[in-house]
Amino acid sequence: MRMKYLLIEDNTELAAALCDRMRLDGHVMDHAATLSEGADFLRVGEYDLILLDIMLPDGDGRRFLERHRAQANDTPVIVLTARSEVSDRVGMLDLGADDYLTKPFDHAELQARCRAVLRRRTGSAQTVIRRGTAALDPVASVLTIGDTEVTLRNRELRLLELFMNAPGQIFSKGKLVDRLFSYDDTVTENAIEVYVGRLRKHLEPSSVTISTHRGLGYRLDDG
Amino acid sequence: MRNLAFVIFGLWAGLVHAAELEDRRLFEGAAGQVTLRVLSSTDTDIFAPILDGFLERNPTIDIDYAVAGSADIVTLISDCPDCFDVVISSAMDLQLKLANDGLARRLPGLNGAPGSQWRQSLFGFTLEPATVVLNREAFAGRDVPETRQELIEALRADPEHFRGKLGTYDVRLSGLGYLFATQDARTSETYWRLMEVFGNLDAQLYCCSGDMIDDLARGDLFVAYNVLGSYASSRPETRDKVAIITPRDFATTMMRTVLVLDSTTREAAATALVGHLISGAWTAQDRPGYPLPSIGAADPSLLNVVSLEPGLLVYLDRLKRQLFLGAWSSALVR
Amino acid sequence: MTGRPWSLRRRLTLTLIGGAAVLAILFYLVVRTYAQQIAQQSQDRILEASVTSLLDAAVVRDGQIELDVPYAAFSMLDTAADDRVFYAIQQGNEFLSGYDGLALDDADPGAGPIFATRAFQGTQVRVARLTRNLPASPRPVLLTVSVAQTRDSLAGTLWTISVNAAVFGAAFFLLAAGMALWTSASTLRPLGQIAASVARRGPGDLRPVIRPVPLELSPLVASFNSLMTRLSHSLTQSETFIAEAAHRVRTPLATVRSHAEATLMRVDKDENRQALRSMIRAIDESSRAAGQLLDHAMVTFRSDQLETQDVDLVTICSEIVDRLTPVAEMMDLELGLQSDGPVPVRADPILIQNAVRNLVDNALKYSAAEGAIQITVTARPSPTITVTDQGIGFPQTEMASLSQRFQRGDNAKGTVGSGLGLTIAKDVAEAHGGRLELRNMEAGGACAILHL
Repeated sequence: MRMKYLLIEDNTELAAALCDRMRLDGHVMDHAATLSEGADFLRVGEYDLILLDIMLPDGDGRRFLERHRAQANDTPVIVLTARSEVSDRVGMLDLGADDYLTKPFDHAELQARCRAVLRRRTGSAQTVIRRGTAALDPVASVLTIGDTEVTLRNRELRLLELFMNAPGQIFSKGKLVDRLFSYDDTVTENAIEVYVGRLRKHLEPSSVTISTHRGLGYRLDDG
Repeated sequence: MRNLAFVIFGLWAGLVHAAELEDRRLFEGAAGQVTLRVLSSTDTDIFAPILDGFLERNPTIDIDYAVAGSADIVTLISDCPDCFDVVISSAMDLQLKLANDGLARRLPGLNGAPGSQWRQSLFGFTLEPATVVLNREAFAGRDVPETRQELIEALRADPEHFRGKLGTYDVRLSGLGYLFATQDARTSETYWRLMEVFGNLDAQLYCCSGDMIDDLARGDLFVAYNVLGSYASSRPETRDKVAIITPRDFATTMMRTVLVLDSTTREAAATALVGHLISGAWTAQDRPGYPLPSIGAADPSLLNVVSLEPGLLVYLDRLKRQLFLGAWSSALVR
Repeated sequence: MTGRPWSLRRRLTLTLIGGAAVLAILFYLVVRTYAQQIAQQSQDRILEASVTSLLDAAVVRDGQIELDVPYAAFSMLDTAADDRVFYAIQQGNEFLSGYDGLALDDADPGAGPIFATRAFQGTQVRVARLTRNLPASPRPVLLTVSVAQTRDSLAGTLWTISVNAAVFGAAFFLLAAGMALWTSASTLRPLGQIAASVARRGPGDLRPVIRPVPLELSPLVASFNSLMTRLSHSLTQSETFIAEAAHRVRTPLATVRSHAEATLMRVDKDENRQALRSMIRAIDESSRAAGQLLDHAMVTFRSDQLETQDVDLVTICSEIVDRLTPVAEMMDLELGLQSDGPVPVRADPILIQNAVRNLVDNALKYSAAEGAIQITVTARPSPTITVTDQGIGFPQTEMASLSQRFQRGDNAKGTVGSGLGLTIAKDVAEAHGGRLELRNMEAGGACAILHL
């Protein structure tokens, strides 16, 4: 699922790192260093999601949230906070944030929360990813092939999304493990074979296949 | 007897007078162990029933009862304080002086009636008014005088009838007579007027009540002044011949008192005797045959009771006594 | 300075009672002395009257002294204790009448009556003596009269007065002692009231004391208020500081982590990838440790000054489930909540939330993939929150020491965590008078029960 983010964050280094990381996944991310700059971006562009830092040079992010909701702008907001979980929780959720994340965070978790927010808002994604006869709704976590719908588990979904967003690209086992298991050292590369096996079974009726390239990894092929 | 000084010479009122015992008798208890020596001014016969009653209850005690005149008692005691244990006398002033001079022992266990004890050492146990005793025959057909004034008027009305027929104590010899005389004189001037009349009518002077009453009964006396009524009424043979008048103007009344000498070695027995006398003083009216007028029987409002107080010492003063006896003598002794 | 703490109240009471005792004794002594003087004076006045009346009765007739002693001269000396009376009348040095031993040689005319206390006939007597010149021819006659009286009645009167004074003194003392107790209690009551009102306050209540206080206490209260102000200021500062510090540390960590992830996606060489993974795990571990340390400090602080309110355990747990569901999903874990209606308790919701979140966090960390984590809230017999997972369970041999600070199970190697989670849950349970029960389930998996 490729999305368009607005990041409002005064720390430019963090912002640069986040933007770099997001683009690797194919997302578009605009960066605003202040609240007023963020407001300017919002006036001219449409965003799927806003990532909002709390402490900003020209004001408290919570005031921005208040205004944002008062203007009936329904773009979801996920707050990024450096404080402890407890102290900011009540205020931010009450002021209309959809969720929050404590820095530093796992990008996989950010994705999971975004998906959860969007699922709560619309129930399904505006953009369904199609490859051949297979169609993936990453928000609803549903794979549609012809008339059959299959609900995917989270790791199956994330794996399939990777493949469908980059057809023809070979993913090494190591990289896939990192993406699916959050850099857990105890998980062996063989674990990925179980998930690939499951995806192949789900994709059997379709025109799409996952091929194994010994020593290199896996690749999604259409037809 | 061997221990006792029978005859003691002393100086008394300027006269040489022999102080001696008039009578002496031993009352034996059933199991006599202790002999209590009593010196008393009361005749043995009168006091005997009281002692008998005491010995009945206290059989371990013997009583050596000696009688002397109330004035002689003082001499006997001062000459030989160790010779006696208990002193009983009708002369309150002399008794009080003995107590005041520290010769009486305090008996804290005894409770005399208020006003009838002094310093827990001198206890009164009778109330006896001084009376006028008349020969009934001599007053036949005449008004019986009930006050001193009426007596004076009766004597003046017929002096020759009464001349030589009047009697009273010789206060120079009798302690009780002196007490009655001084208290009368203190109470009223009538006393002196009466004594003037007595003197003019050649009154006879006596040492003792007994002699006066005998003479009255015989008809040698018509009037005896300041006689103890108890003595007169206690003699059956004289009772019909005399009339005992308690003067209505005032009746000088003495208490017979008892004290225990401080030198005694028989305190327990002595205390028992004093207690017996005190209890008799209040309960005697229920006991027929009790020889002395009890305190409980008397009506105090009629009586001019001599108080047990330091004032009694006044007439014992040498100078005061000189003056009093001088006045008395000039009235009575011609 | 060391030593036993001493009581202001006891000191005040003892001082007041001691003062009362001194006053009572003083009162007794003064009354006794005064009574002695008065009694002695009244005896002297009577003796003087007696002597005077004796002298007044004396006349010289034909060179001879005549003394017609008035009855009242001795009668007036009658007392309740029947005191003995002595007297002596002398002309010059010649004894005339009375008690010879009382006569004196040094007659001194003109002087007023002389009083003396002396021994006579084996007892103490008070003597009054007066000498007077009686007019006579050829020359005046010097007449001296002494009257003495024993002191039994005086002693009796003094005894009665002494007993009464002692009774009054004792009563006064008892009354004063009672008042001393009352006074010290009521004087120190404002102190107790201030202490109580400060003790009643909640942990966050750093307002100054504004109730009116006695003048003597106002410096203390002023110092207290100033301390409160400084403390409040300092607490605000440190709270801000901690938040600021966390922000300052966490933001660069987030930068590093993002770069590391991006780099990891770009490199293929195994040793480079290994290093980057270690780096990411280290960042995660330090971030989690910092979070738990902050949590633990907060739990400790709030437990010391427990502030409870009416809360529903089910509401608290469902918020936690909402929050952690996305994380559970990432691991293909199911997170479920089970309860039969609300479970109201009096508790600190922030503490409860912290404890449960840490327990669920642990369950997430140690669960095998595609398992289920169940939170069960029950009201009976007592309110409990049970968190079960289908993971490896607690190591049997270390069950007791698991909730000690920084203890981690032997079988938890390789899993990110500081080991403080169970300690936090245990502290929270104990702060609410409950306990944390840990056991393994027969079908496998750990079970942590928070009894409240």
